[in-house]
Amino acid sequence: MSAVRVVWVGARACLVEVEDAVAAASLAAWSRARGLRSEEVVPAAATVLFDGTDPDEVSALLRHWSPDAADLDGPLVRVPVDYSGPDLEDVAGHWGCSVDEVVRIHTSVELVALFSGFAPGFSYLAGLPAERAVPRRSSPRARVPAGSVGLADTWCGIYPTASPGGWLLLGTTDVPLWDVAREQPALLAPGTRVRFEVRG
Amino acid sequence: MTRDGVLVVDPGPLSTLQDRGRRGWAHLGVPRAGALDRGAAALARRLVGGTPDDAVVETTVGGLVLRTRRALTLAVTGAPCEVTVDRRGVAHSAPVTVPADAVVRVGAATSGVRSYVAFAGGVAVPEVLGSRSTDTLAWVGPPRLAAGDVLPLGRPGDLPEPPAAAVVRPRPSVLRLRRGPRGDWVEPSSWDALDGAEYAVAPDSDRVGLRLDGPRLRRRPGELPSEGIVLGAVQLPPSGQPVVFLADHPTTGGYPVVAVVEDDDLDLCAQLRPGERVALRVL
Repeated sequence: MSAVRVVWVGARACLVEVEDAVAAASLAAWSRARGLRSEEVVPAAATVLFDGTDPDEVSALLRHWSPDAADLDGPLVRVPVDYSGPDLEDVAGHWGCSVDEVVRIHTSVELVALFSGFAPGFSYLAGLPAERAVPRRSSPRARVPAGSVGLADTWCGIYPTASPGGWLLLGTTDVPLWDVAREQPALLAPGTRVRFEVRG
Repeated sequence: MTRDGVLVVDPGPLSTLQDRGRRGWAHLGVPRAGALDRGAAALARRLVGGTPDDAVVETTVGGLVLRTRRALTLAVTGAPCEVTVDRRGVAHSAPVTVPADAVVRVGAATSGVRSYVAFAGGVAVPEVLGSRSTDTLAWVGPPRLAAGDVLPLGRPGDLPEPPAAAVVRPRPSVLRLRRGPRGDWVEPSSWDALDGAEYAVAPDSDRVGLRLDGPRLRRRPGELPSEGIVLGAVQLPPSGQPVVFLADHPTTGGYPVVAVVEDDDLDLCAQLRPGERVALRVL
């Protein structure tokens, strides 16, 4: 068993604190596969919230868990991007390379959706190495168009709807990220693997 | 097409459909939604012989106006208000049989905020992700009611026998809290002062959260990495003014959850008006 801490949240929920977002997503996937009874299982940056559950049951199950990224074996989704975002030069500056190189790097890594938040259909995608971290814009844009592909820290994300936002924008995609008519409404649910490609 | 259902003549300031809410989608960023005053919504359903999953209309302060397209039974509960059928007053918190082509007015709340209108058979709009609730944060679910909407109704069940008379007891304006997962973010002196502290309800309170205005709680600076949030979570932003998260709350957040409101006290949160005072009690 790995070092985890269970923090009760009221009588029917608990937060499990883990190492990082990869461990959180892996614990969420593992506990679902184990059939843990919990109305909600919400992975986040370094915790998993189990809501509508018996926290004692969660604690008991955790004794059998150790972080394993292999639990994140979701489908692979390819996302075609029109790399013409307003912050490409800015990202190139941070990375110390050309714009063409930014596109090459962004299309060469396999990312994985670790958790959602902010809006239905928005997923935090991990996989860029630490040296590729970029800051958010000092002043957020009032309106980022739907489908914008952006970076913040080492995260990558796609805005499912137009909204204010401070991520550095690389380009846009028109893949439908959120559709309540689908059995799995989010295209990039936690565990989904993602590869970006240049839209032809 | 048969004439059925109920026509929305005037939805008032904000009227939405609500059932028990949407479960199992928080990991995709979908709020649970559902009736804010769960007890009042459940009573309205029971009065018309409905099931616990029936969708009802939730109004906000100003009431609404409907026109029936066939005879039906309805009940209005929650915030006290005048209810009329073709200008004649009818009972609040009791089943009322209404003829076809009648105008039903659910008046402005005389106290409280949210009234509930249940119809025998329930409102039968299609479910979205397993629920007919409108979430006002991400707008998952049916849109807010608009003039000209026709609400389809399901098949009525049997009315309860005899029609129940509902006794609605006034609640003391006290919210009971338990220490939350990030209670240690509050300075001990502020935590000690919390028990018995009085707050006013801030005007920007809504279905997302009840914002409290009063003694500033001193807390550690900074933010947490984003984490999942429960219904009733008391979040403490850097302003030191607590927010009680209600049904349409975001599913994750980065401000510390320092306390959690007792489940039984959440219905009270649905009915507190801006400016009203509420006392906190630490369990």
